[in-house]
Amino acid sequence: MSLKDTLAQCRAADDYSALVSAVPYAKLLGIGCIKTGDEVIFTLPALRDNIGNPTLPAIHGGVLGGFIEHSAILQVIMAMEEPHFPKVVDLSLDYLSAGHFRDSFAECRILRMGRRLANVSVLVWQTSKNEPVASARAHLLLS
Amino acid sequence: MSTDKTENTQAKPPFDLERMLRRYLKEVRHSMVLGMELKQVSPEGVLVRLPYSDKIVGNPETGVIHGGAITSLMDQACGLAVAVALAPEFDITPTIDLRIDYMRPAEPGKDVFAFVEAYRKTRQVVFTRGIAFHEDRNRPIAHCVANFTRMGLNKTPWSNNTPKQEGEA
Repeated sequence: MSLKDTLAQCRAADDYSALVSAVPYAKLLGIGCIKTGDEVIFTLPALRDNIGNPTLPAIHGGVLGGFIEHSAILQVIMAMEEPHFPKVVDLSLDYLSAGHFRDSFAECRILRMGRRLANVSVLVWQTSKNEPVASARAHLLLS
Repeated sequence: MSTDKTENTQAKPPFDLERMLRRYLKEVRHSMVLGMELKQVSPEGVLVRLPYSDKIVGNPETGVIHGGAITSLMDQACGLAVAVALAPEFDITPTIDLRIDYMRPAEPGKDVFAFVEAYRKTRQVVFTRGIAFHEDRNRPIAHCVANFTRMGLNKTPWSNNTPKQEGEA
């Protein structure tokens, strides 16, 4: 099924799991998404395979980066009229506190979506949104 | 590039830093899941390989790997470069921030290599930068800069009680 058909199906069913599982890397990390009214929260479950630091233990910084990047991609795809995979131009990640071995959540805000570029701000937290684990900014090329 | 780093890698008692780093990398589960391999350690930096695999594909329509896997590779390689810069001391060094620029898409089916150097070390911070590429370093897939903070714990799997290096920051 094409991405466009998958997205149309997801929109109709109000369930984006098919869009998430269309991407092998997202499946590897276990990324999911929850609809909260018109908005979406992305989820990263505590999986052993996502651990970086074994002694804490903590989620691999790169996994948080991948989760953030994929959340931004999904958020932008959901906002597209003609859905396709945007190209990430750059990503700037600030690690605010250790990502412990527990479920993580991400919220994306598209600050600007023009014809060519989207600027997306991402916040990741675990126990409380007031204590974020990471914050990030991504630029995505739309065409 | 800082000169103390060169001194550090030659410091006594001698120990096999590359072997230590390989052992350390094996403990990092997600990096093992991705199949990362430390290829080379030198005072100039570290070279890490990320093999192509279907499970890290980001665009099922093209087979191109996900940028997230490259971010993991860069974060890991930067962390190893920090360890090289601090050796033979060891410290816990969380990533402060990481910026990655994707300059061209990775090609499906090809391994990705990261070459990263720690280009500045102070008492509290280590600055790293590097590139990801397939075969040719002059045709990078991605460029990254990442800064790390030193916890100053001197928790030492490869300890030999070397006095702390004098830094400026």
